[in-house]
Amino acid sequence: MTARRRAGTALLVAGAVALFASLLQRLGLGPISLLEAGLLAMTPLALAAVGECLNEKAGVVNIGLEGIFMISAVAGVWTAEVFSSGLAGLAGGGLVGALVGAALGAISVYGRADQIIAGMGLNIFALGFIPFLLISLWAFPGIHLFPNELMVPRWFTPLGQISPVTVGAVAVAVLAHLLLHRTVLGFRIKAVGERPEAVDVAGLRVDRLRLFTSTLGGALAGIGGAFLPLGWFGALVKEISAGRGFIALACVVFAGLEPMLALGAALLFGFADGFASAVAVTPGVKERIPFYFVSMIPYITTLVVVALVIGQRRFPRTVGRPYARE
Amino acid sequence: MRGRRRLPRPLIELTATIVAGLAAGALLVFAFGHDPIRAYRALFVGAFGSVQDVLETLAFATPLMLTALTFAVGVRAGLFNIGAEGQMYVGAVGAIAVAGLIPLPPGVHLAAATAAGMVAGGLWAVVPALLKVTRGVHEVISTIMTNWIAFYLSTYLALGFLTGAGRGDSTRPALPTARYPVLTEDATLTAVIFVAVAFCLAVYLYLWGTRAGYELRLAGENPEAARYAGVNAAGVTVMSFVIGGLAAGLAGASQIIGRPPAWALYATLGNVVTLGFDGIGVALVGRNHPLGGVLAAFLFGALAHGGRLMEYQAGVPSELVRALNGLIVMTLAVPELWTLLRRRFAR
Repeated sequence: MTARRRAGTALLVAGAVALFASLLQRLGLGPISLLEAGLLAMTPLALAAVGECLNEKAGVVNIGLEGIFMISAVAGVWTAEVFSSGLAGLAGGGLVGALVGAALGAISVYGRADQIIAGMGLNIFALGFIPFLLISLWAFPGIHLFPNELMVPRWFTPLGQISPVTVGAVAVAVLAHLLLHRTVLGFRIKAVGERPEAVDVAGLRVDRLRLFTSTLGGALAGIGGAFLPLGWFGALVKEISAGRGFIALACVVFAGLEPMLALGAALLFGFADGFASAVAVTPGVKERIPFYFVSMIPYITTLVVVALVIGQRRFPRTVGRPYARE
Repeated sequence: MRGRRRLPRPLIELTATIVAGLAAGALLVFAFGHDPIRAYRALFVGAFGSVQDVLETLAFATPLMLTALTFAVGVRAGLFNIGAEGQMYVGAVGAIAVAGLIPLPPGVHLAAATAAGMVAGGLWAVVPALLKVTRGVHEVISTIMTNWIAFYLSTYLALGFLTGAGRGDSTRPALPTARYPVLTEDATLTAVIFVAVAFCLAVYLYLWGTRAGYELRLAGENPEAARYAGVNAAGVTVMSFVIGGLAAGLAGASQIIGRPPAWALYATLGNVVTLGFDGIGVALVGRNHPLGGVLAAFLFGALAHGGRLMEYQAGVPSELVRALNGLIVMTLAVPELWTLLRRRFAR
């Protein structure tokens, strides 16, 4: 039932998108700018969601993606300023994300933490830590503007500007798919989520595998977080992630932990998000629809799509549970 | 909390958790070039330095005990309702709509505005509840999405329909007939704290004194057993969300009709924003117990109020307090820490 239902939903969504596009054309918002905005918005979602797919396959849940987005956005801009390079900023964001992911993984694996609560703690921490950081680093609360040269340069193509990070995100999804389904490491990751005791008996380290996926997931989310200011917005604000970490989680749930499906979900939610960003600045449209309703679009889309599609998904047997040797 | 075993000596552990959180915070303060001792002294003096400060701390604690209740009732029913934030925004709008727009006789007006806030919060909570029951949508995702939708909806309503004459920075203020009486001249504490505590007490009595409350807890602790006992799981889900929404709605109302000097909702929602998330930490420290939440709220209220003096005297941004809350929650999540501690002490 799921394949058929999924195909039906995809068709429905495609139809809706086409309808939207033609409507927007008449309002003066071209498909090119919509495509640009959608791909930009897809990128952080895809990176974080693909990483989290691997992480959850290994049996660890990280609902602190939102917090990682926020922290790595600041870390990314800071690194970019120090090294005068947007790409260095992405690397810095990825590194900090990896550290936070590893810390959360260690808390889950060695501390046997309630992962949902630990992740929520991370989100709450970030909520306070980000304004604290903004004031501490730049003596200015709420917002920080950085020089435009630090933006990660985009490629100009016939289909509009495309960020190399977007291409990278697609590649990451493909690689994650191959890793998971074609390599020994991938089989081990899946096994550690399903039967950690068997993996343990086989002489492999459950803790190391889980720590590895947590770190990897954190690193990808960190790159995504740094991409928000450096690849997309061109500024740093304290609410920069605006729930996108949770939208990435929705992608993961939607995808049933399959990286390629997560990419598709990120594309869908990214379009809703990019659509909102594009509409908000399009003359002729922004006067007609209140900004507040436009801003709701990605969240409503996420809710509706998740409600329509999810149904029953099978997750790894031990997802969210710490492993202890008997 | 699911599946976590109950630990002895909870008070010692909580103290240790809070100390660990504060120590980690001290590291942060130090790392960014401030003096941690000076910061914490200001934090403490700011929170408890005088009678007025204690009363102000109580004023800060009032919304937190309610948003903590939202999360706690969810956990008791086996749910992870992090929607207090949005339910609180909508509650604040509901309260100000009645308090600012509809003239009513004194007493009636106050009750009506309070009820409007609660009902608005409760109704907003029905959305994720129904999505959960009918479509199996995980409440973490649905409540975050409804939080953001509530944010934009509330801002829209506040700016579009509720703005005061000649001002863009906040809604119209609550009419004097819809304001909770101020308890002292020197603090912003109003009688709304009694309503908040009474609501927490009522939920406690509901959970531990009624059959429906027992079923709710059973569904949270042991869903299998609850099913065999014929507990209506969908009913429990909706009930816990609605109680949580009422609490969050009251929290929103408490910041509007129960808090001078504005008696209004700021256009940026600045006077309610993040109180819902802070409630999660409060609930966890309060062990997801309605009355534990009241006590924990006092602690977090102290941090919030003391943070202002810390910012003023030691130059440490008061937002650090919220980072501390997060660190405390993360420490609380780690049961193995207690095993380690116990072993260390047993030696």
